[in-house]
Amino acid sequence: MAVTVTIPTALRQYAAGQAAISIASGTIGEVLQGLVDAHPQLGRQLYNEQQQLRSFVNVYVGDEDIRYLQGLATPVPDGETVSIIPAIAGGVVRDA
Amino acid sequence: MPDATLTNEEIRRYSRHLILPEFGMAAQRQLKQGSVLLIGAGGLGSPLALYLAAAGVGHLGIVDFDTVDESNLQRQIAHGTSTVGVNKALSARRRIADLNPHVEVTVIDEPISSENALALMQPYQVIIDGTDNFPTRYLTNDAAVLLKKPNIYGSIFRFEGQATVFWPDRGGPCYRCLYPEPPPPGLVPSCAEGGVLGVLPGVIGTIQATEAIKILTGIGETLAGRLMLYDALTMRFRELRLRRNPACPVCGDQPSITELIDYQQFCGIVPEPAAASDEITPPAVAAWLTRDDRPFLLDVREANEWEIGHIAGAVRISVNELVNRLNELDSAVEMVVYCRSGVRSGRAVEMLRQAGFRKVQNMAGGILRWSAEVDPSIPQY
Repeated sequence: MAVTVTIPTALRQYAAGQAAISIASGTIGEVLQGLVDAHPQLGRQLYNEQQQLRSFVNVYVGDEDIRYLQGLATPVPDGETVSIIPAIAGGVVRDA
Repeated sequence: MPDATLTNEEIRRYSRHLILPEFGMAAQRQLKQGSVLLIGAGGLGSPLALYLAAAGVGHLGIVDFDTVDESNLQRQIAHGTSTVGVNKALSARRRIADLNPHVEVTVIDEPISSENALALMQPYQVIIDGTDNFPTRYLTNDAAVLLKKPNIYGSIFRFEGQATVFWPDRGGPCYRCLYPEPPPPGLVPSCAEGGVLGVLPGVIGTIQATEAIKILTGIGETLAGRLMLYDALTMRFRELRLRRNPACPVCGDQPSITELIDYQQFCGIVPEPAAASDEITPPAVAAWLTRDDRPFLLDVREANEWEIGHIAGAVRISVNELVNRLNELDSAVEMVVYCRSGVRSGRAVEMLRQAGFRKVQNMAGGILRWSAEVDPSIPQY
């Protein structure tokens, strides 16, 4: 059984361009590990050198932030949607 | 504060508001007495300025020190061909003067900073964050929290947008509850690398304007505590719950930030050390390319940018793929790296040097400067 992880535009280049990826259910920590196993380049985007979730990447199970649930131990039931929401500066084009 | 009485002319102008049962004269008078500070008059600021002015908000402050560029007009609808080269806040004021002469517009033609932010925001009831960079977002957030004012947030990237209201004084979270720390520079792609669909800031800016009008008039339910997500490609709106973090350094129970800090430093932005030996000008590259010892030319932009125009003989590897494709490059050969303006190629040069490439230089000013100084047939974008 599986859950759906939605990949934000900013990270799709590290996930073969996919907008949503199906991963085996489990805790959110296991789901994210399954995601990184499938797309290793996502690892550096999601985790810091200490293998903790980066503080500018928020993870939601359904519509709730896992920081206010059980963190990485939060269970993700079958059919649930996981959202990864990184900080985006956005606005207008200026440099580069 | 302007006189709250509506003249007959104003009653004719705002009649479609006045006949709304939930709105009426009372709400319109509150808009007339209302004041909003727009931080940024770009993609988000344009629809914000136009709709808030049209709706009859009495006083708009517009902060922007940038000037209108041709490439802004694809989405920044407050400006026009006739105001290319004009300061954006001034350009927006000219447009508003025609749209609704009853609105007072204060032009603030200087960057918002830790030194002036509190004084700039103090006179306004509502603050709107329409900026494009992390230091200004954190500065705007912290100043609004310290002043107990609502901060209406919007952000866009390519085809996606986010919006919410941060107002801890009324119990909701602030931007730092959502993202305690900014990403280090270079890890998250900038808007310039990604581009943006022109109508996208229209959708997000209009949501921000709606929230401003609701807050000023006290009608409806705001987005405080909810993050609105919009995906233009799939045309879906979603909502996530946001909570105030009791341990938040600025709006938490025991805040550690009680005055404004150095936001450039907080966001890891340090002044670039002068690295003249790493850089080469476009005319020097052009001259070098005609010689027998011509360098290898590496373009680190994205495929769609390459299609707009590129330098003959160059090889393209996106800066985002570079780390995985170093094996395709020869460290023994002299190399010149370029991008659009020289920022990404500067990053690529640094990455290559760390990987052991010694004969590598950044083309200063990128293909924009190449177009200006070497080959005008290459379009600027």
